[in-house]
Amino acid sequence: MEVIKGIQTRRGANLNIKGSAEKILNKTISSKNYALRPDDFFGTIPKLILKEGATVVAGTPIFFSKKNPEIKFVSPVAGTIKSIERGPKRKIERILIEASKNQESVPHDVKDWEKRDRDALKSLLLESGNWPFIHQRPYGTIANPSDTPKAIFINTAKTDPLHEDFDFILKQEQKEFQLGIDLLNKLVDQEVFLGVEKSFPGDFEKIKGVQHYTVKGPHPAGNLSLHIQKLCPLNMGERVWTVNAEDVANLGRFISTGEFSSQRTIAVTGNAVEKPRYFQTIIGAELAPILNEAGIKNEDVRVINGDVLTGSTAHINDYLGYYNNLVTVIPEGNKYRMFGWLPFKDNNILSLSNTSFSRLFNKKGFDVDTNLNGEERALVVTGEMEKIFPMEIYPMQLLKACMIEDIEKMEALGIYEVVPEDFGLVDYANTSKLEAQEIIRQGIELMINEVG
Amino acid sequence: MNFLRKSLDNLKKPFAKGQKLEKFAPALNAFDTFLFVPNHTTKKGAHIRDAVDLKRTMVTVIIALLPALIYGIYNTGYQYYIQTSEPFTFFDAFIHGSWKIVPMIIVSYVVGLSIEFGFAVYRGHEVNEGYLVTGLLIPMIMPVDIPLWMVGISTAFAVLVAKEAFGGTGMNILNPALTARAFAFFAYPTYMSGNKVWVSEATNVDAISGETILGTLAAGGKVNYSMLEMFQGSIPGSIAETSTLWVAVGALILILTGVGSWRIITGGIIGAAVMGLLFNLWGANELMSFSWMNHLVVGGFAFGIVFMATDPVSAAQTTKGKWIYGILVGIFCIMIRVFNPAYPEGVMLAILLMNVFAPTIDHYVVNGNINKRKKRWALAKQELKTA
Repeated sequence: MEVIKGIQTRRGANLNIKGSAEKILNKTISSKNYALRPDDFFGTIPKLILKEGATVVAGTPIFFSKKNPEIKFVSPVAGTIKSIERGPKRKIERILIEASKNQESVPHDVKDWEKRDRDALKSLLLESGNWPFIHQRPYGTIANPSDTPKAIFINTAKTDPLHEDFDFILKQEQKEFQLGIDLLNKLVDQEVFLGVEKSFPGDFEKIKGVQHYTVKGPHPAGNLSLHIQKLCPLNMGERVWTVNAEDVANLGRFISTGEFSSQRTIAVTGNAVEKPRYFQTIIGAELAPILNEAGIKNEDVRVINGDVLTGSTAHINDYLGYYNNLVTVIPEGNKYRMFGWLPFKDNNILSLSNTSFSRLFNKKGFDVDTNLNGEERALVVTGEMEKIFPMEIYPMQLLKACMIEDIEKMEALGIYEVVPEDFGLVDYANTSKLEAQEIIRQGIELMINEVG
Repeated sequence: MNFLRKSLDNLKKPFAKGQKLEKFAPALNAFDTFLFVPNHTTKKGAHIRDAVDLKRTMVTVIIALLPALIYGIYNTGYQYYIQTSEPFTFFDAFIHGSWKIVPMIIVSYVVGLSIEFGFAVYRGHEVNEGYLVTGLLIPMIMPVDIPLWMVGISTAFAVLVAKEAFGGTGMNILNPALTARAFAFFAYPTYMSGNKVWVSEATNVDAISGETILGTLAAGGKVNYSMLEMFQGSIPGSIAETSTLWVAVGALILILTGVGSWRIITGGIIGAAVMGLLFNLWGANELMSFSWMNHLVVGGFAFGIVFMATDPVSAAQTTKGKWIYGILVGIFCIMIRVFNPAYPEGVMLAILLMNVFAPTIDHYVVNGNINKRKKRWALAKQELKTA
C-alpha cells in the first residue's frame, strides 16, 4: 500500500461509551416489512411512480427525484406496497413494502460493462436505482449525474462514538468492493481516494485503483469533510463525490450480477443493548426483530439510526435507515438531578469539560442517556468549539453566519466544506446547548435554494 | 428530594403553557433549575450532551472569586484596625469587613437580578446565569467606603445600558461589572478617587488616610509598602483586588477548569511586563521608575486581567485574537497608569477600551481564514482557465 497522505489531528475527542459491538455476525434475522424514508435522502423531493397495492420486485423504481428525474429510488425487496404514509402538507414520510416469499429482482444487462462508455454506465446506474449510493459535496446531497467531480472519496476509518468496523463488515466482500472501485474509476477520470485506519488498514491496503490515505486521531478525524479539506479542498463551484464503503460493495455486486443489491450490515450498539453485535440485513428492514435478538435492557429507550451524535431518532418498531451501518440504543434521560450544576458533581456523566472529573476516574466507559444536562442559553463561552473542530474553519463564526442567513459570509467561512455531521461533537460539547447541526442543516438548505 | 420535586411540580402548574401565570414562568423556572437540572431530553441534533452547562460554568467562576473575596473582607477590617491602631484579631477584622461588604453584595444582587428577571419575563426567555458572576464582581471592585445607593445605581446602569440594551447575555460589548465601576468612577469622582475612600471609615475618621499606592505614586509620593505586602494584598485598594496571591489562586482555578482563557491572562501579563520594563528603562518620573514587577502586583491589574479581561462575551473570541487582546490590555493598562495620573487605575479603562476593539481584532483574525480560502478559489479558477 502506497500512502499518499497521513491525516492526523489532535483536535477532537473520542467519547468512551459502553456497548460497542462484538465482532459476531448474525445473518439469520428476517423482516416482514421494509420501509423507504424520503427523509434519508437529504435535499430530494420525491415524486411517486407507483401507488399503494402495486407489486414490486427488488430493483423496481418506486419514486424519483423531482429536481432530477433521472435519479430513481428502487424497492430493496420483492413484495407489495402496503402503505404510503404522509405527514403534514402531504409530505411522504414513509413507503412500506410487505415482502413476498419469492425474492426476485429486476434483471439488468451488465455483460462486458468494462467496455461501455461513461454515459452508458451512468444511465445503467441511474436506471437500476444504484445512483443514490453516490453523494456529493458540498451539501451532502445525492450526486448530480451530469457533474464532473474533482475526486471520489471513500472512507473506511470511522471515529464516531461506538462506530462500526468496516474491515469486519467487508471482510468477506473484498472482491465486490474491488469491483465497485473499478466501476467508480470508470465513471470519472479523477482520483478515487480510499481512507484507511493508520494503525489497522486491514484488507483495504490490497485494494487497487485507489489512492490510499491514512487516518489517525480522535473524532471527528474520521469525517470525510476533514479528509476532503486536507487532500482536495473544495473551491466554489467544485464537486467531490463520496460513497459509503458498504455501498461500494453493493455497486460491485450489482455490476457482477445485474441485480440491485441492498445489503446492509449493521452494528447494533449502545449501553441499553444486552448483546451488542453485528447483523446482516437489508436496507429498510424492521428494527424490532434485530433489537429483540440483541436484547434491550431498559424500558424507556431511544433507538437511533446512526451514532449518538448525528443519527436520527427512531422507535423500536421503526425501520433501518437507507445509509447507516450503525444502530444505537440508549436509555432516555427524562429525570431530574438535584444541584446538578455544581462543578465536579455527578462525575458519572461523560464530560469533555474540566469542570468534571469524569474522564479522570472512568476508564471503562460511560453509561449515557438523552438528558440535555442543562438548558439552552445564549452563546457565552468561546474557544470550546475550536478545541474539538479539526478543520480550518471558524466553527462559531460559521454558525453565527448561518443564524443570520448571511450567504456571502457563509461562503467565505466555508459552508461548502462542511455537512451537519461535522458539528455533531459541537452539539454535544457546547456549554450553551446550541443545536449546531440543525443550524448548519438549515444553512445548507438555504444555500441549495439560493445558490444551488 | 422526591417531596421537594413534587411540591415544585405542583407550584409550577399555574405557570404552565396556556395558564394564567404563563408569562412569569421564566422567573419560577430560574428557581426550579437552581435546585434541579431539568428533565429535558435532546430533541434535535446530538442525542447525548455534555454535563457542562452555563450554570456550572458560572458557578466555577464564583468559586474562583471566593478566595479573593474572603481575603478582601478580611483586609477591609485589617486596614481599618491598623490605621486606627486598635488591637484586633483576625476574627474582628473579618467581622468588620463583613459588615461593610455583605450589604453591598446584597444590594448588587437584588438590584441586578430584579432587572434580569424583569427582562426575562418581558422578553419571554429564561434567566441567564451570567449575572451571578457580574453581581458578585461589582461590589468586589468598588472602594470600600462607597455608599450603598451608589452601588445600586451603578449596578442598574450597568445591567440596563451595558447589557440589556444590547440584547442581554452574550450580546454585550462592554463588560457589565467594569461598566458599573466606570459609571461610579465618572459619575461620582469624589467618592472614587483621592485618599478618603479606600479604607473603611476613612471618610468619617480623620486619623485614617486611605490612599492607594498608585494614587501616592501619581501624586509623586514614595511608596511605603514592600513588594511582599503588595503581593499578599495587605494594602488599601478596591475591596477584592488588593491580593495578587488570592487572585492568582482564582486564576489557577479558572485555568485548570478551562473556564478562563489562559491565553488572555498570559498575554496580559506579558504585555504589562514588557511595557513596565520599557518605562523602567526610560525612568523619567516616579511612576515610570516604579519597578515592572511591582506594576504586576499593585492595583487592580491582576484582578482585572484574571476576572474581567477573560469575560468571554466582551473579550476577543478567536484563539489568535485572545493573545492580541490580552497583550494589548496589559500594554494599555501600564500606559494609562504612567501617562495619565488622573486615572491611576489603568486596568479598568484598558479593558473597556479593548472590549470595544475586540470585535475588530476578531474580524481581522477571521479574515485571515477567509482570505486564504478566497485565494484558493482564485487559484483554482486560474488553473481552470489555463487548462
